[in-house]
Amino acid sequence: MNIIVCIKQVPAKDAPLAISGNWIKESDIGFEMNEPDSYALEEALRLKEKHGGEVIALSMGPERVKQTIKEALAKGADRAIHVADDNFHQLDPLGSARALAAAIQKEKCDLVLTGLQSDDHGFGQTGVLLAGLLNLPHATLIMSIEAAEGKMKLKRELEAGWFQWIECPLPAVLSIQSGINKVRYATLKGIMAAKKKEIATVTRESLGVSAEATQRVEKIYVPVKSKQTEFLTGSAKEVAAKLVEKLKFEARVI
Amino acid sequence: MATSVTVKTAAKGGNFLLEAALPGDIFTPADFTDDHRLIAQTAEEFVTKEVLPRVKEMEEKKPGLMVELTKKAGELGLLGSSVPEEYGGGGLGKISTTLVTEKISVYGGFATTFGAQTGIGTLPIVYFGTEEQKKKYLPKISSGEWLSAYCLSEAQAGSDAMSLLTRAELSPDGKNWILNGQKMWITNGGFADIYIVFAKVDGEKLSAFIVERTFPGFKPGNEEHKMGIHGSSTTPLFLENCVVPRENLLYEIGRGHIVAFNILNSGRFTLGVSCVGGAKQGIAISSKYAKERKAFGKSIGEFGLIREKLAEMAIRTYAMDSVVYRIAGTIEAAMAAAEGSADKTQQMMKVLEEYALESSIAKVAGSEMLDFVTDEGVQIFGGNGYHEDYPVCRAYRDSRINRIFEGTNEINRMLIIQMLMKRAMSGQLPLIPAAMKLADEILAGPSMDEAPEGVLAEEARVLASAKKMFLQAAGGAVQKFREKLADEQELIAALANMVMEIYIMESALLRAQKAAAAKGQTASAAMIAAARVYVADGAERVEHEARRALAAVHEGDMLLTQMAVLKRFGKRATPDTIALRRVVAAAVQAQDKYPFEGK
Repeated sequence: MNIIVCIKQVPAKDAPLAISGNWIKESDIGFEMNEPDSYALEEALRLKEKHGGEVIALSMGPERVKQTIKEALAKGADRAIHVADDNFHQLDPLGSARALAAAIQKEKCDLVLTGLQSDDHGFGQTGVLLAGLLNLPHATLIMSIEAAEGKMKLKRELEAGWFQWIECPLPAVLSIQSGINKVRYATLKGIMAAKKKEIATVTRESLGVSAEATQRVEKIYVPVKSKQTEFLTGSAKEVAAKLVEKLKFEARVI
Repeated sequence: MATSVTVKTAAKGGNFLLEAALPGDIFTPADFTDDHRLIAQTAEEFVTKEVLPRVKEMEEKKPGLMVELTKKAGELGLLGSSVPEEYGGGGLGKISTTLVTEKISVYGGFATTFGAQTGIGTLPIVYFGTEEQKKKYLPKISSGEWLSAYCLSEAQAGSDAMSLLTRAELSPDGKNWILNGQKMWITNGGFADIYIVFAKVDGEKLSAFIVERTFPGFKPGNEEHKMGIHGSSTTPLFLENCVVPRENLLYEIGRGHIVAFNILNSGRFTLGVSCVGGAKQGIAISSKYAKERKAFGKSIGEFGLIREKLAEMAIRTYAMDSVVYRIAGTIEAAMAAAEGSADKTQQMMKVLEEYALESSIAKVAGSEMLDFVTDEGVQIFGGNGYHEDYPVCRAYRDSRINRIFEGTNEINRMLIIQMLMKRAMSGQLPLIPAAMKLADEILAGPSMDEAPEGVLAEEARVLASAKKMFLQAAGGAVQKFREKLADEQELIAALANMVMEIYIMESALLRAQKAAAAKGQTASAAMIAAARVYVADGAERVEHEARRALAAVHEGDMLLTQMAVLKRFGKRATPDTIALRRVVAAAVQAQDKYPFEGK
């Protein structure tokens, strides 16, 4: 089974955030593999260990993304494709999905895995759009994958503790739910072995994908913390009634 | 591992005292490759996910836990980074190994176990083992299947290791060595499988042996009750007619001191690295606590005196961080240059010996830095810092041993000057011509130095003057006491303190200059501030030691003349270190951690 895993590099969780224009200031921060994608990578590696085949890491962004690609290779991906693009962060989900889809179409693969969402923008749309563009079946919030004879039995997470078992043909695009497996470490041997693995670099231009955005970020800002205190007056009964009304219609918590 | 080290040629050991290095000459954490960063990440993740959540259990010595975690580190390849690939290790360079050590050293108990396993418990076989010994032991030590320990100390032989009493005699049939004696303070003693044991053949020729736990007559004693590093195992060992196969002699009969000293040289450097890792953790927990803890209606981290503490913790850590990676880069470059030479062991020993002085600096200054950082950490935590529920309390206790083991800091201060003098006398280091040239310069009177230019130019000038102060003091001391200088321990320590400060100041300075050249002054503002503070205070400390040394060497008019010269060397601008520390504190508090990581 040949699997492509889409992996995004995002600002490190403990990075100090400062706004610069319509994005965050990137010069002083560290970057890391998008955590939801690390579960997708782990799932791909486990499927490969079970069924054979190849795991290809696909990532898009500036030169620094190579660090994350190398991490994927160190953990066990066989080779990687780097869509080199310095304006990656300005792409909206559709733009990202178009570029990724173009890269995927040049490969023969049985399965495309993505994480649930990215830790930076958190749109959660790239996987879904990717399936649409590739004209492949798609399922989200995957809890487990059992593959056999050209199809898969999938467990999906629904709301309120409910799960759903579905059947899905191959090839397909799946968005993996975070936390479904225990992500492996990059061993020192793996890190050394990764040096010999191939990283193919392609550009958005060579893929023939438009750089035109379909969405534009108007403004980015840090939410302002605010709190209001209101004193309710009257008898205990009146205050209780006013409180219930406020909880129901203003705070909408009951 | 063929890392792309930016340092092309390794400076000779001790040379820093005589020549001004350039920023491009030294390796700094900004020069890490992607591979270095990945290796560091694996070590960091391992500690965060596997070690830190179980500290309490390890402190209580939960049976088997330390062994389990060490083996797990082995699975990830963390134990074998300095073991060649053909013996199951990673065959990584000094920089990678240094990174692993630093990132692992967050919790003292585990760091000690790890250090004994990967350093003094592994390297004797790597450097001195026969092909058969390497094949038999190294794959198992690197994978963690077998744990290891280094056994030199005895009850009456600590710093004075050569006075050890354990004996080795060849059995009548000539097939085995029979070892008798007792060892003390053996890290990993309780659970190791392999012990590197030092004993005297026929009571006189010091030699090293590889002893397996299962050999007849070998018995570890009970766990010691230590002040700190409770998670690690420390026991005595009893050798009662212990039977060791003849082929388990390590290196040569009567050359055990070569094994012991070279391994200690290397171990001292590693210990300094470990202290840097501990200090970074100390800064992170203290900064977080200062933010959360409220007093007088605000976070205590908003008060100037707390900020000043956090700044100074970060500045001293930054300086030692710069020192250990500078040494790692130098050693890696020297090892690479020696690669392909006929006798690898000889070459490795030469490299270890070449930088033994710098390694001692890393050990002494690193351990004293960590003691400072954990002590100030306790102070920031206030009453809570004195309570075992808070991690800084344990860190404070754990830190204290570093000034004692691997050669006390006092012994190492003596060694620093002893090694320096040895290099000077043998002509390896032109210290004497330099001192004579300085004497001429003094006679010639004040010269018009060129006005310094560029980033930290004033600090570079201050550093150059500090080197002159050392030459002035050391030159006088050698002239007066000659071969009897060894008896003047207090004077030697003063000189050693100057040597250390100079190396640390220079490392801090060059790293900031290199960063400023690469990223610009604005982006490196906090690092430049840290370097400025360190150099300003370091210069004061050097001058103080110079004054003490000169007063011990000269008297009367000569002393007055020398003091006038010292005053001339001591001329320097007065930077506002209060304002500079605020800049550094802001950088720490923006991230609640050591702010100069890898940048």
